Parts: sequence; C-alpha cells; structure tokens
Amino acid sequence: MNMNVVEASGLGKRYGRTWALRACTLAVPAGHVAALVGPNGAGKTTLLNLAVGLVTPSAGAVTVLGGRPPGSPAALDGIAFVAQDTPVYKNLSAADMLHLTLNLNRRFDRRYAETRLGELGIPLRRKAGRLSGGQQAQLALTMALARRPKLLVLDEPVAMLDPVARHDFMAIVLMAAADDGVSVLLSSHVLAELERVADYLILLSRGRVQVAGEVDDLLAGHRLLTGPAAEADRYAERPVVHLRRAAAQAHLLVRAGADDPVPPGWEAHPVGLEELALAYLREPGAAALPGPARGRALPAETGEPSEVR
Amino acid sequence: MTIDKGIGAPDGAGGASPASGGGVGAPGGGSRGSGSPIEFRLDAASGVPTYLQLVHQVEHALRLGYLKPGDQLPKVRDVVASLAINPNTVLKAYKELETKGLAAGRPGQGTFVQATLSQVALPELTALRRSLLGWLATADAAGLDEDGIAALFTNTLRDFRDRRRGSARPAGGGTEGVA
Repeated sequence: MNMNVVEASGLGKRYGRTWALRACTLAVPAGHVAALVGPNGAGKTTLLNLAVGLVTPSAGAVTVLGGRPPGSPAALDGIAFVAQDTPVYKNLSAADMLHLTLNLNRRFDRRYAETRLGELGIPLRRKAGRLSGGQQAQLALTMALARRPKLLVLDEPVAMLDPVARHDFMAIVLMAAADDGVSVLLSSHVLAELERVADYLILLSRGRVQVAGEVDDLLAGHRLLTGPAAEADRYAERPVVHLRRAAAQAHLLVRAGADDPVPPGWEAHPVGLEELALAYLREPGAAALPGPARGRALPAETGEPSEVR
Repeated sequence: MTIDKGIGAPDGAGGASPASGGGVGAPGGGSRGSGSPIEFRLDAASGVPTYLQLVHQVEHALRLGYLKPGDQLPKVRDVVASLAINPNTVLKAYKELETKGLAAGRPGQGTFVQATLSQVALPELTALRRSLLGWLATADAAGLDEDGIAALFTNTLRDFRDRRRGSARPAGGGTEGVA
C-alpha cells in the first residue's frame, strides 16, 4: 500500500484565459482519508475532475492509483467518483439505478448494494427524486461503494445535508476505509468536521497547493505563540504563518514543534486543524509543503503550458 | 448496566452512556452489544485531539472501574460507525494504550484491557469520596465558590505532586512541560 492514489506534477488547467488550477504538485499516499480544502473557486473541483479523468490537463501531468493515467481502464475500475451534490437520476427508482450501475460497470457488488440499501431503509421502488436529501446522498454513495473501488473521490459530499444525514454519510465512508482499506479523497469547505474525518490535508488556494501533508505531522509542526505585541516582530526563530495583534497582545501561528524553544514571556499552545487551515487561508502567501520524496517542489512558479496534452 | 455504585462520575465521560451512539442504527448495521462495557463520545469543543479523547476516556473508565482487565475495548469498526471518525484515529488511540501497557491487541479479536488504573477498590473509593464531600462542605461554608474550590484543589495537588517528586524541578519551567 505504498503507492500514491493521486500524484500530480506541475498540473494546471486553464479555462479560456483563467487558470482554474496552477502548478499543482502533490502526492497523496494510499490508506488515507484526504481532505481537499479551500475557498470557493480555489480549484478543488478542477483537481478532482482531473484526477478522475473528466477533464484533461492544460499543463503538467496527473496519475492515479500508482502511476496510471486517469481514464485508463484500470483507473476507471479502481476509482469511484461522487460528484458535487451527490447526483442521482431523479426519475429512476433505487432498483433501476442499481440495475443501471450493475450493467455499466465491469465490477459491481450487487449483494453489497442491496444489503446497504436495505439497512438504510431506502424503498427500492420509489423514484430517487422523491427520496430525502440524505437518502439520495446515501444512494449515490452506495452505488459508488458497490463498485468496490480502491479510491473513493467525493466532491463536497455533505454540503447540502443536515447534521444527522451528514454524520451517517461520513460514517459509511469511514467504514469503507476501515473495512476494505478504501482510500478517500474528498473536497469540503466545512472545516469543523475535518479533524475527526481526515488524516491527510491538502489546502488549495487560488489555484495552488498551499499546504499538503499528514494531519498529525501538520499539527505537530505548528504552534500558537501568545505574548506581548511589542515583541511580535522580533520573533524570528521559526517561520510565522499568521500574526494577529491587538494593542497589548499578539498571537503568532508558527511552524514550530513542541521541542522548539519558546521565547521568554511567551506561551505556546497546540493548534487544531481548523485553526491551522484558517491561518493559511488568510495568508495565501504562506505555504507548508513537506515535499514527500515523490512530490518535490517544482521549479517554475507559473503554470507554464509546456506539457500541453 | 449497574456499575455505578455511588461513584458518580461527574458527566460519565466515557462511561456507559446508553444514550450515545443511538443515532447510528442506520449506518452501523446494529452496533449494539459490541462486547465492550464502554462507549466513546466526542467533545468537539474541547480542543483535545480526537485520539487523546479516546485514550483519556479509557483511562477514566479504568480509574472508575467501568473497565477491568480482560474487558474488550469497542471494536474499531463500531467506533468508526458510531462517531464517524477516521479509523486511523482509533488505531492510534489503541496503539497509545498499548504503549502505556494498558491494553493489548489480540489478532482477529480486538483490543483488550490488560492493566488497571484503579489502585483502590470500590469501597475505599466510596469512603474517600465521602471524606472529600466533607471537605467540600467546609470550603463552601468558608465562602469559596466552585471555581475557587477547583483552583485550590488543583493548586494543592500540584504542590503535593512537586513535593513528592522531591521538588527537583526548576520553579519557572512549568509551561513547556505541559505539551
């Protein structure tokens, strides 16, 4: 399981004159629930669409499931994708959807799908459009998981769901990860729930990857320092991600671990994932790219269309 | 579930709360009776990392006698189903408990409690609790409010601990040790 489920180098996508994604270099290792986070328009959906092969790159390259091109038979078999707002065919019943998906895919675990739908209490004869939002989402997820994918890609899966439906939806996703070792890549702008769900974070901002890494490493590598505002500018031991300052007091979010020295008169606190993500989102210039062996920093900053396909 | 012999955990943290996990019926496929005496809960507002919350709840349950050696910890799958958390988080918590010597994994079966943290038997705990109640009444009569009592207790406990350790530590270096 040492492969990368998604690997991109210098990946870019341009629509007209606008770069939706630029110079994206990353490697998402298998066995994780990876969260793709960023403001609206940051390029999340573009990156996911590139990974599942729905669009082709304008620059750079992307591979999936250990080096396979998106859209290749092996990639199509191994990846299940649930697009934004968990779409279902509104006029088809759950039974029809099951029949359709069964016939459109080389691999489909019918028993899993039927058992799952039964547990969820989804009436098989009812048209999908008349199911609740939560049930529609579960139906789409069931169809995706019944394909027994190695990688499950979800674009904003829970944005439209109420808290209970959201919880139940994520529970199914995470159980697939626990039971079958499915890797998950999901985009979201709901930060609060990510800490429980994700163990890998990719932060996209303005079309670029700003932060990428295992959540535990990121949290262990950042601290919030609180101290006198007058001394805030003198702190230079470690890189400062984000500074908040009032008349007397300042908070510095810094890239420092628990063992790094704390200046006299300052207090160090651990940071949570939400706080960390917010700090980076507020400072688009800051970056934390640990650069795993495979995803080294790329030389050019611009989305050079050198490798247009 | 009648383990509660007058110990009265303040909020039953990690305790056998039949209410929690109720909403899981749908996805969990009936995680009822998972074989563990405890069920985890999460406090999103605590700021404590999720895996540590699980570790603390096991330790808490051990201290209060909800868990005994030989008891099974909730299965990873059941925890994932009921809390919708990352399975790696649960594994990390259990690994931490194993490192501490409190639990051990049995291949194909799950993780089981190996040691206990309650150095004191239930009757003694009850007696200690009674004498603490007496002290609390005295503090209350003296005019201390709850925050004052908690602060005094924490402070005194720290002094007590320092003294027992031989107070070898430098006075100022308290903060970074917290981690």
